[in-house]
Amino acid sequence: MPTVRPSGPGAVDVELDVNGIRTPLHVAPHTTLLDALREDVGLLGAKKVCDEGTCGACTLLVDGRAVYACMTLAVACAGRSVETVEGLARDGELHPVQEAFIAHDAFQCGFCTPGQIMSVVALLRATPSPSADEVMRAVSGNLCRCGAYPNIVEAALAAARKGKERP
Amino acid sequence: MEQLALVQGDDAEAWAADAVLTIVGRPQRRVEGAAKVTGRARYTHDIRLPGTLHARILRSPHPRARVRHVDASRALALAGVRGVLHRFNTPKTAFRGEETIFREEVRFVGDEVAAVAADTEAIAEAALSLIVVDYEVLPHVVDLEEAIDAASPRIDEKGNVLDADRYERGDVRKEFAAADVVVEGTYRTSTQLHNSLETHGAVAVWDGDQLTVYESTQHVFGVREGLRNALHLPLANIRVLCDHMGGGFGSKGGIGKYTIVAALFAREIGAPVRCVLDRHEENVAAGNRSATLQRVRAAGKDGRITAIAHESWSNVGQARWVADPTGPTKGLYDVPNVLAHAHRVLTNTGSLAAFRAPGYVEGTFALESAIDELADGMGVDPLALRRRHAGSQVDPVSKMRYSLKRLVDCYDIGAEEIGWSRRARGGLRGSAPGLRRGLGMASQLWSGGGTPPAYATVHLNPDGTAVVRIGTQDIGTGTRTVIAQVCAEELGIDVRGVRVEIGDTDAPYAPISAGSLTVASITPAVRLAAKDAREQLLDVASGVLEVGRAELRVEGGAVVSRGARTPIAKVFEDLENYTVIGKGSRMPNPDDIVLKTFGAHFAEVEVDPATGMVVVERVVAVHDVGRIVDPLTARSQVEGGVIQALGFALSEERVVDKPTGRVLTSGLETYKVPTVRDVPRIVVRFVDVPDTVANNVGAKGLGEPPIIPAAAAVANAVANGLGVRIRHLPLTPRRVLDALAAAS
Repeated sequence: MPTVRPSGPGAVDVELDVNGIRTPLHVAPHTTLLDALREDVGLLGAKKVCDEGTCGACTLLVDGRAVYACMTLAVACAGRSVETVEGLARDGELHPVQEAFIAHDAFQCGFCTPGQIMSVVALLRATPSPSADEVMRAVSGNLCRCGAYPNIVEAALAAARKGKERP
Repeated sequence: MEQLALVQGDDAEAWAADAVLTIVGRPQRRVEGAAKVTGRARYTHDIRLPGTLHARILRSPHPRARVRHVDASRALALAGVRGVLHRFNTPKTAFRGEETIFREEVRFVGDEVAAVAADTEAIAEAALSLIVVDYEVLPHVVDLEEAIDAASPRIDEKGNVLDADRYERGDVRKEFAAADVVVEGTYRTSTQLHNSLETHGAVAVWDGDQLTVYESTQHVFGVREGLRNALHLPLANIRVLCDHMGGGFGSKGGIGKYTIVAALFAREIGAPVRCVLDRHEENVAAGNRSATLQRVRAAGKDGRITAIAHESWSNVGQARWVADPTGPTKGLYDVPNVLAHAHRVLTNTGSLAAFRAPGYVEGTFALESAIDELADGMGVDPLALRRRHAGSQVDPVSKMRYSLKRLVDCYDIGAEEIGWSRRARGGLRGSAPGLRRGLGMASQLWSGGGTPPAYATVHLNPDGTAVVRIGTQDIGTGTRTVIAQVCAEELGIDVRGVRVEIGDTDAPYAPISAGSLTVASITPAVRLAAKDAREQLLDVASGVLEVGRAELRVEGGAVVSRGARTPIAKVFEDLENYTVIGKGSRMPNPDDIVLKTFGAHFAEVEVDPATGMVVVERVVAVHDVGRIVDPLTARSQVEGGVIQALGFALSEERVVDKPTGRVLTSGLETYKVPTVRDVPRIVVRFVDVPDTVANNVGAKGLGEPPIIPAAAAVANAVANGLGVRIRHLPLTPRRVLDALAAAS
């Protein structure tokens, strides 16, 4: 019996800016940004929960905008800036949103947390003083099965009040 | 059945209600907080071992069929495929009472038929479609009520309705005949899917005859036991690890077939193997809360409940157990005449798994709806009627006294907070013309007293920091944090100086993190281990400082005697690497006392009779669970339980296509778990009186209690607001409109 091989074009070279670091990748064109980060770059913060754009656990920033990494192709991010939860803390100091998530107990199991945090970070950059309603809109695409929602909203508002969001 | 508990040493006296504690009872930052907000926390999904192969599972497309032949030759020819397992080439591996993981007769769409290991997940996935299976398709039934019908295909030779469990006290028949008022209702609840965000999965790796398994689990020791049964290995050759895990809610109580698949491939091929379910597999083959059909009759006379009869049927798939919905009916209220009768119904759907308060969530909805219907029939306020049966300090089932029961306090606190006095028969006017507003409440009963065995060690390091080791797991509830608190409190050191090592079968045994068992099982053992360490420290300090031991105590990381403080590090300074190792074990529960948790939820809802939309505006959740170890994580636990209950009450429902047996709601697009937008204002209150009889910490469990009464409270509030009772969860707009149409 002849050997069967998966069809499709081969891997291509692409370079991303991941958390400020130039990151060359050699990936198949259909590779999602999520798979590229988790399997090729080794950044495991963004989680694969549904892999079809229905939960938000893989939310991260591309050119400052919150996107689902499972719905974004890695090759489409060539030359663009990708920010993940791993890139938020600076010099060992947590980002104000991260700090607020701990202070307000805005997670339980923590599996949705990187995505929730990235959604809030994107919101606060665009809207430094959001209303509770704006916070809810920003994280309405991020499911939390443990039900930490009230604390997530509190944490986001607290982080905004501290007003220390870095550009 | 009598249980034998072997323990060593003496228990510590329970911390009294008025004991001055500086760490226990104070809100803490979760000890794993920084790891979780930075993405550093490692879950089973994140385990990356060099050379790992990926396994995927071929699942039955038929709800019922006999597997006659499997041809894997084309799959094996695919580049990168390293092996295929199916029922004709897989060694016998015991799994939950069955001899093998690949059944001859597959029983639901999604049942395991074969597995592929390959260099990448994509290749394994591609190979699945190259496996040719010859199925003999058999007649099937997926719907609970159709399965009960004698005309439906029989799945088991004994029939589809099995294991009737019956309980009776008093004489129900006589009381129904003598009653002033009798109400009767048929209640239905739908199959709820856990949807833990981290799907079930395992990574297995062998080193010679030594097996290590990383698994997303609520019980590392349970996984170890499952592997021992399947693979016949000595326990010393199996190590199971679970550092962080992305939710379980009861569904991750032991090994899965994926665990065995990973272990078998890893042994055969000699490489680490990862087998992780995707979201759709999770929702067809990783467990669920059974759909139920329940009939409740309740009788009242002279203003009291005199009898309750509760019969239930639960869709268990192929499971060999049932999550009995009649538990609350037997034990919640002091009612003299009770008949409870639970049935297990087999269908060709994925089997149930424990789901946070299994049976109690479903049963409380039916029972508490019926109590409200009875109160209506008797013309009594439903809370007032419950009060008459909630004060007893004796468990009506065992006739033994409770260690502590403050259910009536929960009623007082909740009624005050929600403004129960506003409640009116027929409901209240809503916030806009046409809208209806209602108030409802329901009570909660659950165990939560914990159990031996559980063991812990505390290593007190030469610098005065400590390491606690205990083989429990943190499923997201904050277990690490409460361990650190209890250890630090007892040992007399800073909570930040305690490192907590859990999730490892090489640590001392601890029970499953389920059933609200954890806090009350493990913290008493941790406390005793810390006490042992403290006493050893004082022995040493007495010699080093040349001060009588009785004059010494440990406080704030220092050994304190009259007028002098010596940091622990200083005490150990000249003793080189002297290490104190304290150990502790969970003592047995008192054998003549019943340990339970109680609570009450109050809900305020607004309903639009034109659209059928139910909006829950406020839930007041009051719980009596003994001492609150960490008020911050305790509040989170209650909010989360209420939100999960609201999903069950309003939106979550597994839909199975009857002709094909397929789950139509296996993704998160179609299966509606609550989002941030669905959350009402939740007010959390605790009675917070330590249960000093229960254990030396005085705490009981809080995992289950907050999910138990919320759906019933919401259903009662909707009925109050609309004046129409909907006896079928979830309360979707369709069901609300249908009920209104039927009533008019």
